[in-house]
Amino acid sequence: MKPTRLTLCGNWILERFPMAKIWNEHMTHYYAPKNFNFWYFFGSLALLVLVIQIITGILLTMNYKPDAKLAFDSVEYIMREVNWGWLVRYMHSTGASAFFIVVYLHMFRGLLYGSFKHPRELIWIFGMCLFVALMAEAFMGYLLPWGQMSYWGAQVIISLFSAIPVIGDDLSLWIRGDYVVSDATLNRFFAFHVIAVPLVLVMLVFLHIVALHEVGSNNPDGIEIKKTKDAKGIPLDGIPFHPYFTVKDIVGVAVFLLFFSTVMFYMPEMNGFFLEHANFIPADPMKTPEHIAPVWYFTPFYAILRAIPDKFAGVISMFGAIVVLFLLPWLDRGPVKSIRYRGGIYKKALALFVLSFLVLGYLGTQPATPTATIFARVFTAIYFGFFLLMPIYTRWEKTKPVPKRLTSDHGDSNCLLSMKAVFEEITTVKSVTTHDGIRLPNGATVTKRGFNFKGLLNVIIRFAKKLKASLD
Amino acid sequence: MKNLLILCLLAILSFSFGVKASENIHLQEADVDLTDSESLQRGAQHFVTYCLGCHSIKHIRYLRIAIDFGVDEKKVLKDIAPEGAGIYDKLYTAMNAHDAEKWFGIQPPDLSLIARSRSPDWLYSYLKGFYSDPNKPPLGVNNLVFKDVGMPNVFWQLQGQQEAVYKTVDGQKVIERLVLKEPGKLSEQEFDRLVNDLVNFLVYVGEPVKLERERMGKYVLFFISMFLVIAYLLKKEYWKDVD
Repeated sequence: MKPTRLTLCGNWILERFPMAKIWNEHMTHYYAPKNFNFWYFFGSLALLVLVIQIITGILLTMNYKPDAKLAFDSVEYIMREVNWGWLVRYMHSTGASAFFIVVYLHMFRGLLYGSFKHPRELIWIFGMCLFVALMAEAFMGYLLPWGQMSYWGAQVIISLFSAIPVIGDDLSLWIRGDYVVSDATLNRFFAFHVIAVPLVLVMLVFLHIVALHEVGSNNPDGIEIKKTKDAKGIPLDGIPFHPYFTVKDIVGVAVFLLFFSTVMFYMPEMNGFFLEHANFIPADPMKTPEHIAPVWYFTPFYAILRAIPDKFAGVISMFGAIVVLFLLPWLDRGPVKSIRYRGGIYKKALALFVLSFLVLGYLGTQPATPTATIFARVFTAIYFGFFLLMPIYTRWEKTKPVPKRLTSDHGDSNCLLSMKAVFEEITTVKSVTTHDGIRLPNGATVTKRGFNFKGLLNVIIRFAKKLKASLD
Repeated sequence: MKNLLILCLLAILSFSFGVKASENIHLQEADVDLTDSESLQRGAQHFVTYCLGCHSIKHIRYLRIAIDFGVDEKKVLKDIAPEGAGIYDKLYTAMNAHDAEKWFGIQPPDLSLIARSRSPDWLYSYLKGFYSDPNKPPLGVNNLVFKDVGMPNVFWQLQGQQEAVYKTVDGQKVIERLVLKEPGKLSEQEFDRLVNDLVNFLVYVGEPVKLERERMGKYVLFFISMFLVIAYLLKKEYWKDVD
């Protein structure tokens, strides 16, 4: 057959650019463990949210004005007069929070299955750099609407740098470009938010993925699938990323978009968590709001900052809370990766850590009352305890034997079956001969499902026992 | 271990309620219904009559009001807009900032987003919360939910004069409730409706697109659900050969 012009054109490119090679290396010949579960959706979702943020962000800059006099009104202009502006803006504001939800779950997955451990330390480091860049991106982006909370949040956070001895005051002045947060600050934050940090983010995503594809993905069993290969050198427990995981991730994308759209269309403010009420008041340098709280994704770190009585020590602790995450691969001395085979002590420590993160997150949104401060201190200690005591408690943990090959427990049909069994247990079937108190004709009977309290109790007890057993 | 956890949780709950209890102003409930075009139109009229003298809502135009309320442009100009306003005009107050500062000490804020920074219930309670307070010259009124606010009671002729009834709690005088001392032109019911219409209008002004986004959301969610079904079936088909 004579090649068409299109094929010739394609060949012309392929002879000069290794498109097929890249595609194969990272998609069709990249073998991923076949037992990925729920937690493995969040990597691709983070990428999706990044793309959403970049596209909506570009659209927003077309009408946003980075000027202290115009910024607030230009956001309202986008919300009201720009065609579809409200949709783009809500996508961007919801996307910011969604980004952190997805990233926090993605990081938690790493803690669950030991994805930060040898040989994936560098992936974790790149990931942590991404997290820091993301926080910078979110912090600077939050100043741009120029509302009261934007302004005073930035004021508070930048003034933290002044707590650093000797250079502190000059440093915070250098960051702001003025003695208070002002037009100069807004302009430079805009520059960082729309170009500098996004470039860093994209580059780090690239490095994160390249490093991942070099060593291969971890999995819920924490087994290196590359250790058992077939004759062709393909991991026996691996399947090509494309098409298997591309089609699977699309399902994840659809589920995510359901949640995302529900928030975006029906609760874009999320009760003041995604868009704070005070941020609908234009920034006023002369009027400090009575209660300054950062957006929810910073509140755990903000709570740590406030928990420490000394300002400089507080700043150190706040940044320390992020720095310890970088050290995780070297703090953990446990011989196995996955939580499935780790000792009870790690499971309990992780549970406490999650609890402390959530409680600190809650406390960060609340005014600092004396009781709240005591709690914040306790949970700050737990937060750091999880990391700093890790070399001790993981060294001698009693691990379970790790299988040679992946355990196959995937399959959503199992899940449905067990759900059905639970449903059968908590309900009882009764045959009745009356309907609404009227006897059915010809002695007919209908079956009705009733609630079975005893069954429910059994289910709860069984669940509690299982939970306890899984912690050992 | 477990007891400790439960104790912690209980303590957290108890002080979180403690925080709530300190803001003990009881707010009255506003009945917000953005589909009620009649109420919104009345609210817009009231706004122009009673509020626009001092407060702008600069983020909305008469044209947008006409479109969103489903009212003819001419009718908006005749019934809602003040004399001389054009359909493309935004709702700016005629009072200049310099005078405002001289008269009230502060420029009355733009109210475009007031319903989003404060809640509708807060606005409703605030507008109904003025009472005579001789200790507060020059206005002679104070407000139940916004103490020492610099705004006079613009509705005093309609609502009448309210007075505070005090009770003593822990040796401190606190306001128990407000009673109508001198009835105004409107009955209590009529006045409540007027305030409610006004709040309804301000909620609309806070986010004119709200109804549209909720309407659109249904289609988007339906589309994504269908997409989810197809994506799931596709995944199942591909994964058939993975054991």
